[in-house]
Amino acid sequence: MSTLLSVEDAHVSYGKVEAVRSVSLEVGDNEIVTIIGANGAGKTTLLSAIMGVLPLKGRVAFAGENLARLEIEDRVALGLSLVPEHRELFASMNVEDNLELGAFRMSKARTAAGFEHVYMLFPRLKERRKQLAGTLSGGEQQMLAMGRALMGAPKLLMLDEPSLGLAPIIVAGIFEIIAKLRQDGVSVLLVEQNAKAALQVADRAYVMELGEFVLNGKASEIATDQRVAASYLGFAESAAAG
Amino acid sequence: MNTTIMLFLLQDGITNGAIYALLGLALVLVFAVTRVILIPQGEFVTYGALTYASLAAGQMPGTAKLAFAMGLVAFAFDLYAARKSLHWQRIARAFALNVVFPGLVLAATVWAAGQRPPAGINLVLALLIVAAIGLSLYRVVFQPLAHTSVLVLLIASVGCHLALQGLGLLFFGAEGQRGPTLLNASAVLGPLRFTGQGMAVYGITIAFIVALWLFFGLTLYGKALRATAVNRLGARLVGIRTTLSGQIAFLLAATIGALSGILIVPITTLYYDSGFLIGLKGFVAAIIGGLVSYPLTAVAALLVGIVEAFSSFYASNFKEVIVFTLLIPVLVLRSLAAPAVEEEKD
Repeated sequence: MSTLLSVEDAHVSYGKVEAVRSVSLEVGDNEIVTIIGANGAGKTTLLSAIMGVLPLKGRVAFAGENLARLEIEDRVALGLSLVPEHRELFASMNVEDNLELGAFRMSKARTAAGFEHVYMLFPRLKERRKQLAGTLSGGEQQMLAMGRALMGAPKLLMLDEPSLGLAPIIVAGIFEIIAKLRQDGVSVLLVEQNAKAALQVADRAYVMELGEFVLNGKASEIATDQRVAASYLGFAESAAAG
Repeated sequence: MNTTIMLFLLQDGITNGAIYALLGLALVLVFAVTRVILIPQGEFVTYGALTYASLAAGQMPGTAKLAFAMGLVAFAFDLYAARKSLHWQRIARAFALNVVFPGLVLAATVWAAGQRPPAGINLVLALLIVAAIGLSLYRVVFQPLAHTSVLVLLIASVGCHLALQGLGLLFFGAEGQRGPTLLNASAVLGPLRFTGQGMAVYGITIAFIVALWLFFGLTLYGKALRATAVNRLGARLVGIRTTLSGQIAFLLAATIGALSGILIVPITTLYYDSGFLIGLKGFVAAIIGGLVSYPLTAVAALLVGIVEAFSSFYASNFKEVIVFTLLIPVLVLRSLAAPAVEEEKD
């Protein structure tokens, strides 16, 4: 399996505070990788820095290209896409326009194909296509944010807390879609606090604590790791031990 | 006061108000997309008007040379910025936009200056010259500052206004100029006489507003510009360059400014520094619209025009005072209605 995204010895700081310290990670072709960890561990910061929203010290390469000097827009052109925690939708524009802008760099034909694909994944968006993005429910907004990112035909989709603040049934639907994306040849880098769901869908996992990776491996192994079970999966310590 | 005078003042007010509406819309657009409060908008008005008038008088306007010179500087900036990764495609685009475009406009102007061409050609040339200046102004001044605060952008904006106004004095001299009318026909309706120029102002303003509306509502680039205004980060995440949006916004603002100038210069004599005050009235309208609302800005601009017309009839000495005093109640109301904002934490 070839490497799509590789991050080596990454440091990200807010002023003097180093939020991410010496982190290395890899995402392969057609792979779903998750980063789990508590609130404030630096997961969102790391994703933002990979996208180029925040400055990153270290080496980041995507599809064989060094990203160091590339702006956000150039990274999008390479096939890297981020669905941020706050979704950053165009609230005063309708669903259709949001999606169309997601395919800003695409040809007319690919835009049309993108619409078909996204409406197939999220039939709900098709029903709401004339509604303003700002008036959608939280779950629909998350779908729209993912749909908008998919319109740009990314090779790697980075999802930041897609389940945040959503009802369990909607979260289940979103995780189903994430699993489906792999069949379309899209790799996923998933940041989640909902560790249980994330570990079920992912191939590999990194566990992040206070800006560093403390553990990584196959998702199935991480899911049975005692420390992870105790801290993130919500089992009582005694139950995990027993 | 009788009805005739009232109708006459209303007509005058709406004519001016239409022009303030165009300027106000341009200000809102530029602010929404780039966060720049475009003080040099007034200079776009003057440059457009006086370039048009100079061409009509058979003179070579200095603005065409300025457009070319600024284009060269802008191209140098692009080359410097791309020095680490030279993409030929991108450099060719920058060359076409910053050197070839103003170069062709300069050549056409040199040719036209001796010919006394029809008003239509002068109008198009004046628009192109000012559009090129607007484009380069963004590249040279505002693009390098794009990440800074609104205050820094405002200071740069005031600097541009002063520099361009000084250059205006150099190009056009201290004498006022008037340009030829675009339409000579006139019609009489009851007590009111509609001049061809008045009709041209209404017609072009309405056509331009409709064109803008279609551009923003239907085209991908128009939507991209709105997207940048609504959510800058969101726009960047789908690959819309902030620079591209900024360029389009400045191009539109410069064109609108120049067009407004060309529409007024047959009605009133304009001096190298007249644009500032005209731009400020568009600014009053934009402020009443909260620097966000296009329809509110357009309506406010008509109001500004009408108030100005009536106050110049009743108290012509206080005409400007009355117009700018309109701002005070608006600001008071807005600050009372605005939700309390927490201080930014840093």
